[in-house]
Amino acid sequence: MIQALNSAMDIMMTRDPNVVVLGEDVGYFGGVFRVTDGLQRKYGEHRVLDTPIAEGAIVAAAIGMGVNGLRPVAEIQFADYIYPACDQIFSELARLRYRSAGEFWAPVTIRTPCGGGIRGGQTHSQSPEAIFTHVCGIKVVMPSNPYDAKGLLIAAIEDDDPVVFLEPKRVYNGPFDGNPNKASVSWSEHARGEVPDGYYTVPIGKADIVRAGSQVTIVTYGTMVYVCQAAAESIGLDAEILDVRSMVPLDIDTITASVSKTGRCVIAHEATLFSGFGAELSASIQEACFWKLEAPILRVAGWDTPYPHAFEWEYFPGQARVAGALKTVMEWR
Amino acid sequence: MPRRSRLHTPKPHSRPGEKPDFSYLETSPAGAVPRPDVNARVRDIGNLATDLVRVLDDEHRAVGPWHPHLEVAELQIGLKHMLLTRVFDDRMQRTQRQGKITFYMRSLGEEAVSVAQAMALRPGDMLFPSYRNQGLYMVRGRPLVDLMCQLLSNTSDMCKGRQLPVMYHWAAGRIFSISGNLATQFPQAVGWAMAAAIKGEDDIAVSWLGEGSSAEADFHYAMLFAAVYQAPVILNVVNNQWAISTFQGFAGGEQRSFAARGPGYGIAGIRVDGNDFLAVYAVTQWAAERARRGAGPTLIEHVTYRGAAHSTSDDPARYRPKDDYEKWPLGDPVERLKKHLIALGEWSEERHAALTAELDAQVVAAWKEAVTHGTLGEGPRLNPDTMFEDIFKDVPPRLVRQREQMRSEQT
Repeated sequence: MIQALNSAMDIMMTRDPNVVVLGEDVGYFGGVFRVTDGLQRKYGEHRVLDTPIAEGAIVAAAIGMGVNGLRPVAEIQFADYIYPACDQIFSELARLRYRSAGEFWAPVTIRTPCGGGIRGGQTHSQSPEAIFTHVCGIKVVMPSNPYDAKGLLIAAIEDDDPVVFLEPKRVYNGPFDGNPNKASVSWSEHARGEVPDGYYTVPIGKADIVRAGSQVTIVTYGTMVYVCQAAAESIGLDAEILDVRSMVPLDIDTITASVSKTGRCVIAHEATLFSGFGAELSASIQEACFWKLEAPILRVAGWDTPYPHAFEWEYFPGQARVAGALKTVMEWR
Repeated sequence: MPRRSRLHTPKPHSRPGEKPDFSYLETSPAGAVPRPDVNARVRDIGNLATDLVRVLDDEHRAVGPWHPHLEVAELQIGLKHMLLTRVFDDRMQRTQRQGKITFYMRSLGEEAVSVAQAMALRPGDMLFPSYRNQGLYMVRGRPLVDLMCQLLSNTSDMCKGRQLPVMYHWAAGRIFSISGNLATQFPQAVGWAMAAAIKGEDDIAVSWLGEGSSAEADFHYAMLFAAVYQAPVILNVVNNQWAISTFQGFAGGEQRSFAARGPGYGIAGIRVDGNDFLAVYAVTQWAAERARRGAGPTLIEHVTYRGAAHSTSDDPARYRPKDDYEKWPLGDPVERLKKHLIALGEWSEERHAALTAELDAQVVAAWKEAVTHGTLGEGPRLNPDTMFEDIFKDVPPRLVRQREQMRSEQT
């Protein structure tokens, strides 16, 4: 996935001289997760800028650059560090087109690694996607595999609207089924690990049917796609698994069509439960599918606690939590 | 000597009912501060951040090395733009009091900042203003009717009814959209300037904020990025002494000048008499040339005074002496330029009164036209459908559905 994201930026920097990359450690070093590796060598210090440790300034500068005709891709090193930039994202980036009635806008992409399962503790593991979905004017995207990562990132960079692009870092190097004791699997074994060399896009706003099924619909995204697959398999369920991919805009039609078919739905995300994006999904599905539902919609999520360093796997919504919810939904009378 | 720690709470020198006291204000005589080469190293010009650059002396003569030697016609144009700003402000304040607009902010006493600076810059330079920079619009020639339609949120409102009055924008005139969240424009201007340098263009960015908002992180972000990348930008702190009811000591102005923050970051800092049109013009010209030839950014502190209330929503008599502004030691920018022109034999009280009347008539005529595009109370009104536009470039299906629902509520 790291190479796929790198390739997306590489291709866009070649195609469009206005694409610039900025962030902490992204230049000479190539990023703490190596996602921008080699870009500064290839495109120079004026197009791949190392920045001071000032997330608010990174986003603010990206806005100014965007207003002046560039197409900036800003990296926030960890999603947990994005909060100082939130005023610039919420009040400025998201609102500029609106408040100036379309005269000013900034096509900024903000890439940021999110999620846990990497022994990151409570300041390197968060999944803050729901916060951004609550702000009108920003698109919010989270790919779960290398193919989507590249296609969605190219689409995000080309998009004239701002995009917060969340990268689930637990699956940077391979899919992860939620079992930390199993040997890690590389993307080369996975169908969606195959990434074309050249330019292509995956449209923002389209959910992906990862697996077709008939008994229950699992609506999920990011790392949880693989956990949910494994959990359904472990209890022998024919589940239809949807990867949301884009939270804003949300492909609600694909989701409700699936739930209308199966009559049962479990929503899973790694982020904390309360006011998580699952709440929005659950409400929207219920409004559209009420008469088709055979059971309440259940949500599986991280506990409403910070992500603790020592109890990472007790916190993480692993296969057992997902399987528990699936059983409850299937056995509902 | 007390041997205990202590907490200092800044206090203004005078409060309502007391005599105005500006003994805290450090000034320099007109003409006394040297004008360094625009390529000077920051470490060699530290005095500019604590001295006060002034050109107009007490006899209304222009003196010293910062004298910009403008043509008389230029000076008269500057006076006219400042007067227009003031007349416009007065009229709009009155319309607010009559309930015709919801809110207004005057720039009384600070007109030289926007007018002299806009005149010293090039038309291609990008301006990132705060909410008290209406003089920029006067200099760059935005029709008054357009500004008034914004204040009225009417059918011709440039903001389509989305912004509070005075939050103008003008892409064609290269003036950025004003945000109600203070100081956010400062680091954005730096980003704009960085992009200009990346593209190899020689337009510069210029931004303004009040000394109160210099407390925000965005001020420091802007200073840091401007210094690190030596961005072609001019950053202005308009120190008008008051942030609503809070005097400048609470923004950190008691211990050190705001301009002195420049050298702290490795940026040239200049403290200028913000009510001296010629001095403001001269330091802006210096900073613009410095930025344009790659010699680095400049922080300018304009020492001025907010003559009016913060906005139509507060009453300054509740927190400062009523006659504070009259006693302000640096005087009034319009009066000072007027007297300078009179001293040059190029202006008179009669011409001044005639010009004021002429500008007032212009403003009144513009208002008559503006209200034909609608007022808050009377139509025509903007189509409320427009509220769903420009959130994204295209209106997404979810907002199409909400728009339908809103329409159904109207019938």
